[in-house]
Amino acid sequence: MRYSALQILKNGLTGNKGWKPVWRDPEPKKSYEVVIIGGGGHGLSTAYYLAKNYGVRNIAVLEKGYIGGGNVGRNTTIVRANYLLDGNLEFYSHSLKLWENLEAELNYNVMLSQRGCLLLAHDDGQFDGLARRGNANLATGDDAVLMGREDVRNFVPYLNFDDARFPIRGGLLQRTGGTARHDAVAWGYARGADMQGVDLIQNCEVTGFKIAGGKVLGVETSRGYIGAGKVGMSVAGRTSQVAEMAGMRLPIESHVLQAFVTEAVKPVIDTVISFGMGHFYISQSDKGGLVFGGDIDAYNSYAQRGNLPMVEHAAEAGMALMPMIGKARMLRSWGGIMDMSMDGAPIIDKTPVDGLFLNGGWCYGGFKATPAAGEAFAHLMATGSKAEFASKFNLNRFETGHLLDDEGTGARPNKH
Amino acid sequence: MRITCPYCGARDSREFEYLGSAKLLERPEGDAVADFHDYVYLRENPTGENAELWQHVLGCSAWLHVLRNVTTHEILDVKLASDVREGKV
Repeated sequence: MRYSALQILKNGLTGNKGWKPVWRDPEPKKSYEVVIIGGGGHGLSTAYYLAKNYGVRNIAVLEKGYIGGGNVGRNTTIVRANYLLDGNLEFYSHSLKLWENLEAELNYNVMLSQRGCLLLAHDDGQFDGLARRGNANLATGDDAVLMGREDVRNFVPYLNFDDARFPIRGGLLQRTGGTARHDAVAWGYARGADMQGVDLIQNCEVTGFKIAGGKVLGVETSRGYIGAGKVGMSVAGRTSQVAEMAGMRLPIESHVLQAFVTEAVKPVIDTVISFGMGHFYISQSDKGGLVFGGDIDAYNSYAQRGNLPMVEHAAEAGMALMPMIGKARMLRSWGGIMDMSMDGAPIIDKTPVDGLFLNGGWCYGGFKATPAAGEAFAHLMATGSKAEFASKFNLNRFETGHLLDDEGTGARPNKH
Repeated sequence: MRITCPYCGARDSREFEYLGSAKLLERPEGDAVADFHDYVYLRENPTGENAELWQHVLGCSAWLHVLRNVTTHEILDVKLASDVREGKV
């Protein structure tokens, strides 16, 4: 069913009894042309673009849990394209363009809100760094506005501009950045893929690969063996374990990132704000909750929960930046497991196993990449070559020295 | 988490800085690119017990070899990293 205002009106007048489940719940077939492991945002968008852009009709997405139950439902929903290095710049630029057309593309309201994304600087060195970053964004064709202290004050007057340690020096605003409804992105891609015949198979955990003569032939799963011409791994947080089943070791550590939400309050923060010190970022959800997060907990973890030091750190940074949020009560906190790559950039590439492809290492930047990562991964799996906008996310870059270290922190995942 | 430093006793994890896998103690001999690629970048990244290097930066500054379960965050064993490297323990 195509969604439209007419459908809403019609169903509203008839007790909303006309809505149907938006994707099927099929039994797995014996084999598929393409199997995607992982029914998160990236896996679903990969299947969607494989079907739509490359005409692949025989696709399965295998999801261990349920659609939307992984990191696509755990992130802080921020969409932006304000990176620094070639490789990242053109990729996130392309992704933002896909975001801007995503609702029309999917006939689904992903609630994209281009409310702006503001990075703050607290000293001259940081401000110069933001100017450099803004120039890189402008040169890529993206939006960037360098703001002095008074410009920032006019834009977000409720910040603490005179904090003794971290006074606000200025900021870099990307007006085209913002937020999107994360669940809706998963559901929209799932529906779009299903409508093109993709089998979305939930409660189906991959337990092994069948590989012969250096080529992948299929996957063992909790619902039986499934043959496959090509297999794509798109399993953020668990990439090392899935790849290990194919005999690979990766430049990835898994870390936990916590996020927090307060009780719902009236509209107060109408943009996305990133504190330049101590890594703290905040926005307000459409339900009114203040959604915020900080650094990863900084040690390997698969716990899907963090520890108190980072909760305190995020709360302290928030209080330093905008003391008014101290009056809001924190409602929930949660943790998601991140594939932290050794240079902070992702991997979209072939693997040493013929027919087996890898999309992983997204650190905590995977949500904003959802459309472009899917398109790039679909391009790679369908054509065997890399998409122009995602040509530098190579698996072997750690061996050749072509690192994409946007933060400039070296091979320290807990510093990215 | 609390980590029991061999010199200082049980202390809050806030006093420690995490470096990464304890494989970093095993620096390769020679200068083969493949060996250093493996040493610097590739990780086992297990879901259970992980051998790690932590430094007691807000205490005695000792480098520690910590065995920790990365799914439960339970600390299973702590030794001085120098003792492990020199094969004393």
